[in-house]
Amino acid sequence: MSARDDILALVRASLHVSGAEAPRRAAVASRLAEAPVGVVPQRGQGTRSQILATFKAEAERVRATVAEVASAADAPAEIARFLRENNLPATLRHGSDPRLASLPWSATALEISHGPSDGDDVNAVSAAFAAIAETGTLALVSGSDNPTTLNFLPENHFVLVFAEDVVGDMESVVARLKATYGQGAMPRAVNFVTGPSRSADIEQTILLGAHGPRRLHIVVVGQP
Amino acid sequence: MSLAATTPHFKDNVHEALTDARLQRALPHARNFIATRAAAAARLPEFEALRDSARAIKDHTLAHLDLYLETYERKVTQSGGHVHWARDTGEALAVILDLCKARGAKSVAKGKSMVSEEIGLNAALEGAGIAAVETDLGEYIIQLRGEAPSHIIAPAIHVTRDDVEADFRRFHRELPADRDLTQPEQLLAEARAILRDKFLSADIGLTGANFLIAETGTSIIVTNEGNGDLAQTLPKVHVVLASLDKLVPTLNDAAQLLRVLARSATGQDLSVYTTLSTGPRRPGDPDGPEEYHVVLLDNGRSAMLGGQFADMLRCIRCGACMNHCPVYHAVGGHAYGWVYPGPMGAVLTPSLIGVEQGGQLPNASTFCGRCEAVCPMRIPLPNLMRHWREREFERHLTPAVVRGGIGFWAFFAKRPGLYRFATDLAMRALHLIGRSRGRFAWLPFAGGWTRYRDLAAPQGATFQARWRAKSGAVR
Repeated sequence: MSARDDILALVRASLHVSGAEAPRRAAVASRLAEAPVGVVPQRGQGTRSQILATFKAEAERVRATVAEVASAADAPAEIARFLRENNLPATLRHGSDPRLASLPWSATALEISHGPSDGDDVNAVSAAFAAIAETGTLALVSGSDNPTTLNFLPENHFVLVFAEDVVGDMESVVARLKATYGQGAMPRAVNFVTGPSRSADIEQTILLGAHGPRRLHIVVVGQP
Repeated sequence: MSLAATTPHFKDNVHEALTDARLQRALPHARNFIATRAAAAARLPEFEALRDSARAIKDHTLAHLDLYLETYERKVTQSGGHVHWARDTGEALAVILDLCKARGAKSVAKGKSMVSEEIGLNAALEGAGIAAVETDLGEYIIQLRGEAPSHIIAPAIHVTRDDVEADFRRFHRELPADRDLTQPEQLLAEARAILRDKFLSADIGLTGANFLIAETGTSIIVTNEGNGDLAQTLPKVHVVLASLDKLVPTLNDAAQLLRVLARSATGQDLSVYTTLSTGPRRPGDPDGPEEYHVVLLDNGRSAMLGGQFADMLRCIRCGACMNHCPVYHAVGGHAYGWVYPGPMGAVLTPSLIGVEQGGQLPNASTFCGRCEAVCPMRIPLPNLMRHWREREFERHLTPAVVRGGIGFWAFFAKRPGLYRFATDLAMRALHLIGRSRGRFAWLPFAGGWTRYRDLAAPQGATFQARWRAKSGAVR
């Protein structure tokens, strides 16, 4: 007997089932098809402006910084300002996301590079698939538009979030993923990012910038 | 063979831990988790309802585990990944070593994985000439020290800052000897720089999984450092090593569990990185692994289903039980002698390595009940430890002195009249003898108690007698 068949047989023997029981199969099929939403905290709910305010407050609580700009065209200047004020190099890497590629980078003094990171980049910018108010979390999706390496390797990560993509809770992001990629299908990676990288492994003292970015600067685009 | 257990020598381990001054200096840090968890729970009005929801999700999954496993396998395959089933440690190691050898792998970058500790993966890799690189800062520190984790989420909690500095100076010989490492930030920066190169050069990335999603064939890990996330992004091959009990039906179900996981563990609302991986790199993807493998390990879990210890399979490895355990606080994790310490380890270890090996651990509890009170999955840990004590007794593994003592007590307990008479007499006698000092520094047959603390002298009447008097007065 293969390990697979043996393990399934052991599981069934312990549960005293054969695996063919119609009610059990129906219960599983309906759970997968309906994917019921459980308890969703009130914290992330409310009007559009409340959701945006909660997102900002929660993101700052986990030590991200947040800036709001009226339109995407203002984002390059905001990123340039942040780099300048923090005495950081004027370089920036991004993927082929049209929401980023179309921005007026040339109006800034930033030196722009493209594609995935090889580990030597100091700064990178990504555009978020969505964001979650409840926990101040960004949802980033893999692909040529926004390489996954940009989320982790640079020391400073900038993320553009369009106001209409800020939702209340993780369940709403899951619904958006299903709408975009299809039921039961997923992009290779979905990275939920809640604040900059940190470690408390030395005497339980929280230090930022363990393996991922030390700074996470979120630029929210558009009015509520 | 899995990691060798020193669990049968639990008492010796405890003596060693209690007299280890360095360990006793480090251990108070574990208590910080109590306040952070309480604050996180208090900030979320729905926390208790989420615990109920989380328990129901896992109970449902475990009751239908065969069907969810089949669905999960199908979805992983559909997304271009491979599922390898492993009945035990030997099969899991064989699968991983074969994957490594077939690709000529020289190094494996590891995300934190307790299951990899369970199967002794690092030793097996090293034995095959493959470097195993722990990338979680805590895991990296203890790997340098040649130690095992002493906590399931804070593996180096037994190590002080001074120890880390000494270890880094000992192992990072290529760096200037006079560099300043007095600040924790400097230690972190040094580890970051050294591990960055190892990430980039690793042939295989191996991570555990916090959850496996049947709906989509997705594996989920949570980290704060971003190490596991780099381990599953940079190398050409991503191997997920996970046990059967990590299955969850849907992403929405995982969202429920995630809300109680980090809060119970570190007191965060959510860990910094929650990373969902589904299959290998897609056409057009500029990064990500070219191969995606899942090693699904049973190692005794299937036998726990439907039995007395099935509740333990709900465990999501948050560590809250050990963070709140007075025994863990006193002796730390290594004393438990195997992979899983604290109350969850006391229940799980005998299930996985046998009651003969692990049977002492369920005795390491005061039954104060804090572990059950904070367990996000509402696992009745004290009750499960009691079941193990009964089994240990039934199988005559309990020491003769203890068995004799219990037999002696049972003789009286079964004869209430005699019990009352004897205890009444004993309390009066102890009251008279201890009256002057109010306490005993030594008593025959109670040396185990009086060796460490005084016994307060009884007030003259037994509890039962005083209760009778009080009830009479009320009536």
